[in-house]
Amino acid sequence: MKRRWILWLPLGLFVVFLGFVAFGLYAPAERTIQSGLIGQPVPDFDLPPGMPGRPGLSSTSLRQGRPHVVNIFASWCLPCRVEAPQLEALSRRGIPIDGIAVRDRPEDLAQFLATYGDPFRTIGADTDRRVQIELGSAGVPETFVVDGRGVIRHQHIGAITEGDMATIIAAYEAAR
Amino acid sequence: MRCPSLRGAQRRGNPTGLGGRTGLLRFARNDVLGAAALLSVLATATPAFADSLLPAAEYANRQLPDPRQEARAKALMETIRCLVCQGQAISDSDAEMAGDMRSLIRTRIAAGESPESIRAWLISRYGEWVTYDPPLEPVTWPLWAAPALLVLFGLFLARGRFRRRRAKS
Repeated sequence: MKRRWILWLPLGLFVVFLGFVAFGLYAPAERTIQSGLIGQPVPDFDLPPGMPGRPGLSSTSLRQGRPHVVNIFASWCLPCRVEAPQLEALSRRGIPIDGIAVRDRPEDLAQFLATYGDPFRTIGADTDRRVQIELGSAGVPETFVVDGRGVIRHQHIGAITEGDMATIIAAYEAAR
Repeated sequence: MRCPSLRGAQRRGNPTGLGGRTGLLRFARNDVLGAAALLSVLATATPAFADSLLPAAEYANRQLPDPRQEARAKALMETIRCLVCQGQAISDSDAEMAGDMRSLIRTRIAAGESPESIRAWLISRYGEWVTYDPPLEPVTWPLWAAPALLVLFGLFLARGRFRRRRAKS
């Protein structure tokens, strides 16, 4: 008789299980994947120029004492068009912006920059997405703030909006 | 994004509400004209995440020549989560990024790297979330111990039943 309660235990466990399932089903699915490299040095890479007349991007150029904003973008990426004015604004403030063009072609890049503005100091061609994966970036656009010693200080996932500007600028100032 | 995910449609604002229960009912009540209009909208909608114009990576859809290496690469790819289609393994996903990750894994396996070291490398980039085969750690031990504990609990319950029956007979 004293073990009556134990008969209800499986049902109780099942209800708890159902609770977990319901939570998993109805919780918002939006999930951004932070890079595991924040606070760590930029991995070694050396990307060729994405288009003629523009230097490519290597990890050594990110370790030369000045902080950098590294923008991972692509001409075929729609949100990248949305953030173009914000990148222009950052560039006008004197913040150097280095581009990593993911899976892009020189002619498409040229057209994209002519249409949406060109804030990039350098553009590295990440044709096989190797460097994007190396950096722990899960999509385009993403923006990294790298300090003068080449340590990743901040990661912004998705297009930079007006409202994100303060955070990016603060991260850049903090990386000085 | 090429993955047919209902969640994705809802996230993108799903103007038709086709995913919801009420949306389905409304859809059922609609006339043929409305359905045709809806279909044409769905057919012409551009995906939010377009793919690039470049061809798929070298080893995205091509097997390694060495069957043993290919088997190891495949086993690993089946337990790595696609980052854009977040419910699929990269071996199942049509997303371009999944193809690039397959190519990366096959290339590194062909170069002699071990699957577990590639997994560790990916975890250091994307967190433990990227693997469907979670490592045994303090945070994950309930996950691994739960089945064993539940079986023990079941045996304990069964033992009680058998003992009572034996006592009666």
